[in-house]
Amino acid sequence: MGVDLQQLKKGGLLKQVQKEFFSLRLHIVGGQLTFNQLQMIAQVSKDFGNGEIHLTARQGVEIPFIKLQDFETIKNKLAQVGLEPGACGPRVRTVTACQGCKICPNGLIETKEFSKKIDEKFFGRDLKCKFKISISGCLNNCLKAEENDLGIKGCMEPEWLQANCIFCGLCEAICPVDAIKINYENRDVIFNPQKCIKCGRCVTSCSSDAWKGREGYLLLFGGRNGNVITRGKQVVPVIYKEEKVLSVIEHTLKFIADYGNNEERFADILQRVGNSQLQKYLKEVLESE
Amino acid sequence: MNDIKADAFVDITDVVCPTTFAKAKVAMARLSEGQILEIRMKAGEPLQNVPRSFKEEGAQVIKVIENEDGTYTAFIKKAG
Ligand code: SF4
Ligand code: SF4
Ligand code: SF4
Repeated sequence: MGVDLQQLKKGGLLKQVQKEFFSLRLHIVGGQLTFNQLQMIAQVSKDFGNGEIHLTARQGVEIPFIKLQDFETIKNKLAQVGLEPGACGPRVRTVTACQGCKICPNGLIETKEFSKKIDEKFFGRDLKCKFKISISGCLNNCLKAEENDLGIKGCMEPEWLQANCIFCGLCEAICPVDAIKINYENRDVIFNPQKCIKCGRCVTSCSSDAWKGREGYLLLFGGRNGNVITRGKQVVPVIYKEEKVLSVIEHTLKFIADYGNNEERFADILQRVGNSQLQKYLKEVLESE
Repeated sequence: MNDIKADAFVDITDVVCPTTFAKAKVAMARLSEGQILEIRMKAGEPLQNVPRSFKEEGAQVIKVIENEDGTYTAFIKKAG
């Protein structure tokens, strides 16, 4: 029987050291699993594997010691609980995410539904290289944006509302970059937008509603974490609309299709053609409403 | 510059997260609505998290003062 390893990889089956076995990677979005799904994963591992389950570095689950002949049966079982095999190889990989503002008190943006949206649109899309996306709910960056081809961080642009301020001094004390100075004599808050990193702490901490925040998305492009390590860089200004993030991803993938060579990682493409080329490419999307 | 009169004082510089907020919360629980708790805390994580946690319970930060030893003192008014 001729087995096409590339096809298997696409279907989430990874060759093991033990030639007759495969490790089955599952497609899990934003690290979210339900009770039923976990139970089914456990059952499959018990019935078709060796009872072990491995958690991958990108929030995925792998069930090792799977035989090729059981693959279809397992696929059907997993489908009953809404699970499917994951993707490996040169394509858009699972979107990773933290729990975001719906669970984590530090969170500035919603991440669970957003990661699903991104995943539905882009997961598994064939490319010239692999492409990893992660979402962190705030600048604490638990999902390590800079290690991904495209890392997204929730951020917040603050605006001071003089009428509500009681000049308690908290925001000045907690701003991590000294972007806030309070002048008690003149009852004024001097905000330095050039210094501000949009961490949103002033907004979330002020108990007098004297900072208004606008939720935003900070995008980092071209990161990777393998034999060669490259930190993703901020190439475009903060984006304030979810829809716009989706079109930026769409155009970034087109950029890779247009400029990339086979197997060339996004980081290398950017290094070769320059970040400015990507900026030009995304200009129209960014300027649209 | 501080003319705020607190109704109680608690020092949380001797405990670490997450006990910082717990200790302050216990002290706040003894106060009545509208009374003011004075909290001495370390810079960094306690200052980032403790006032915000009180805010989530409806309390209001009245004043934050940086002390000469690098700690901070926050005056927080109980909700009500
Ligand atoms: S990145 Fe922010 S929102 Fe997400 S888990 Fe970390 S602290 Fe919470
Ligand atoms: S934390 Fe709020 S009330 Fe206090 S000084 Fe800053 S803006 Fe004013
Ligand atoms: S958003 Fe963060 S960096 Fe900007 S002023 Fe507020 S606390 Fe400082």
